[in-house]
Amino acid sequence: MAVMNNVDAVRETLHDALVNDDRTLIMGEDVGARGNVFLITKGFLEEFGPERIIDTPLAEASIVGVAIGMAMEGLRPIAEIQFADFIYPAFNQIVGEAAKTRYRSNGDYTCPLVIRTPYGGGVRGALSHSVSIEALFYHVPGLKILAPSTPADIKGLLTAAIEDPDPVLFLEHKKTYRSVKGEVPEGHYTIPIGKADIKKPGTHATVVSYGYNVHQALDAAQRLEKDGYSIEVIDLRSIRPMDKTTILASVGKTRKLLIIHEDNKFGGVGAEISAMVAEEAFFDLDAPIRRLCGPDVPAMGYALPLEEEFMISTDRMMRAMRELAEF
Amino acid sequence: MAKAMAQAGKLDRRGLTDEQLVAMLRNMLLQRQLDNRGFQLNRQGKIPFALGSEGHEAAQAGAAMAFVRGKDVLAPYYRDLGLVLGCGFTPLEMLNSMFARATDRSGGRQFPNHYTNKEMGLLSISSIIAAHCPHAVGVAYAFKYRKEAGRAVLCCTGEGATSEGEWHESLNFAAVHKLPVVFFVENNNYAISTPSTMQMNVEHVSDKASGYGMPGALVDGFDPIATYAAMKEAMDRARSGGGPTLVEAMVYRYLSHSTDDDDRTYRDRVAIEEARKNDPVPMFERRLLDAGVVDEARVKALKADVLRETNEATDTAEAFPLPQAADLYKNVYEGAFEPWQ
Repeated sequence: MAVMNNVDAVRETLHDALVNDDRTLIMGEDVGARGNVFLITKGFLEEFGPERIIDTPLAEASIVGVAIGMAMEGLRPIAEIQFADFIYPAFNQIVGEAAKTRYRSNGDYTCPLVIRTPYGGGVRGALSHSVSIEALFYHVPGLKILAPSTPADIKGLLTAAIEDPDPVLFLEHKKTYRSVKGEVPEGHYTIPIGKADIKKPGTHATVVSYGYNVHQALDAAQRLEKDGYSIEVIDLRSIRPMDKTTILASVGKTRKLLIIHEDNKFGGVGAEISAMVAEEAFFDLDAPIRRLCGPDVPAMGYALPLEEEFMISTDRMMRAMRELAEF
Repeated sequence: MAKAMAQAGKLDRRGLTDEQLVAMLRNMLLQRQLDNRGFQLNRQGKIPFALGSEGHEAAQAGAAMAFVRGKDVLAPYYRDLGLVLGCGFTPLEMLNSMFARATDRSGGRQFPNHYTNKEMGLLSISSIIAAHCPHAVGVAYAFKYRKEAGRAVLCCTGEGATSEGEWHESLNFAAVHKLPVVFFVENNNYAISTPSTMQMNVEHVSDKASGYGMPGALVDGFDPIATYAAMKEAMDRARSGGGPTLVEAMVYRYLSHSTDDDDRTYRDRVAIEEARKNDPVPMFERRLLDAGVVDEARVKALKADVLRETNEATDTAEAFPLPQAADLYKNVYEGAFEPWQ
């Protein structure tokens, strides 16, 4: 198994898809000559040509909209929104069109489309290069939303997304791009969409998280081990659909639940998880469900204290885990 | 329209055979009949909503004649009855949709006039104005990418849609990549109640073509032959690798926007009555009669035929069952799907 970082995992997966299926093409801002702003598609233009690696005009609605047309006509486009913050102009095409293509035509047309986008903060991205967008989209039937955090999960889930017959929004946390490394199996494999992964087993409390926060939660949980706290860390990986089975089994065992996400708390993914657990496992709980989330302000600021206050520190995670374990 | 009037009597048929000319007339008569039927059924309380294309018939019959069935793809907008009929959509499919029957291709989900038929190359559309334009461009990209020469996409909107960002983005993308797509704008001067002078500060949508680096054409949409000629040239250019064209057909909307609209609140009756004098349907009928392409008996037979077809489609569709409540849950994704797994 090769060791690689998250950028390399995305690149390798996209490369394999382009090699394996000539219906696949990549389109977005600066994906060609520049090779994407994070150099994910570096060299692709030379290898696959401008018909398959399309530097689009700077217009997000049509990046997604044109990709929808391609998908309806039998191609397998992978559209890139350069930063998740720039996805708003494409909102109508994603929510009003891609998510409803199969439904409104009663299966006459389908939309096998992947929209990849880097999201999240902690990289001094300020107001418009830092946001989390998952809560804006996970409300929408017809979409699937993935947010894996490790190179192996990225490869398996991005491959699954590309092969999926329905539109998938694929979220890549920027801070994990080069900071997270891991072993990646060789060759073709997929991870089923909708399956969470227990990244660390434990018995005193369950933490459910996704993206960059997973790595902090693992770090926090490991540091608490020597104080005698056993924390189970679940990496959600898939936000729509979500893995009820894994969450309920874990809560049934630990009887305590902490949800951590960088996105704003109000109406966030954690709200849905806590509602589900309250509905389905209320009598299993030995403590109130806790949520540790981004604050309800529009975005993190450019100045370091403003970014740090928004991002959830590993210390805060440790405190929340300890409190919950001791409850 | 004055131009079309002047042409009455002598017929510049632009390569169209008698058979094609009669097919265009029949299409126009059928449109008128189906439009009437929709409004009748609505006023009878049998369907909740209808929307008509009266005044657009000639432009659509002409444009549809430039569409090659089995090869081209049509991305229509909701006021394109004549275009979809010209591409093979049947009155029964139209009535299935009006009655929201289970037999409707969308399973009774879509509003009437939100056509879909993949077999015929009819793209599924929403009601979001101009949202289908980038889809048309994507299909055209697929044609070019797969080197399927001889195929083109016909993408239709009203003039109101040209204010939308997605319309602009679509023309720009298509022009940059020299894609086989024709943007056909049916300018009836009204977006529900808003006149075109409030949409744009140029007289014609087609004036914008040069800004995208593509040819533009302005045609008299009351003249099906002129519209056909402009659309044939544009579609042929697209099919032969010459890239996109913007064609604007000047038409009129005789009816309110839909059965839910009342245009008396914003339009002068006198102007509509004046425009009715140039009604493209009787005008084209007169031209074909004067040119000897049809005689009175043939016209009478055509009218009887479209009425019969409309009546049969109405009775057949009305007798079909409604979708079941359980159908609401189908085709959200491929296969069964729960957000919680």
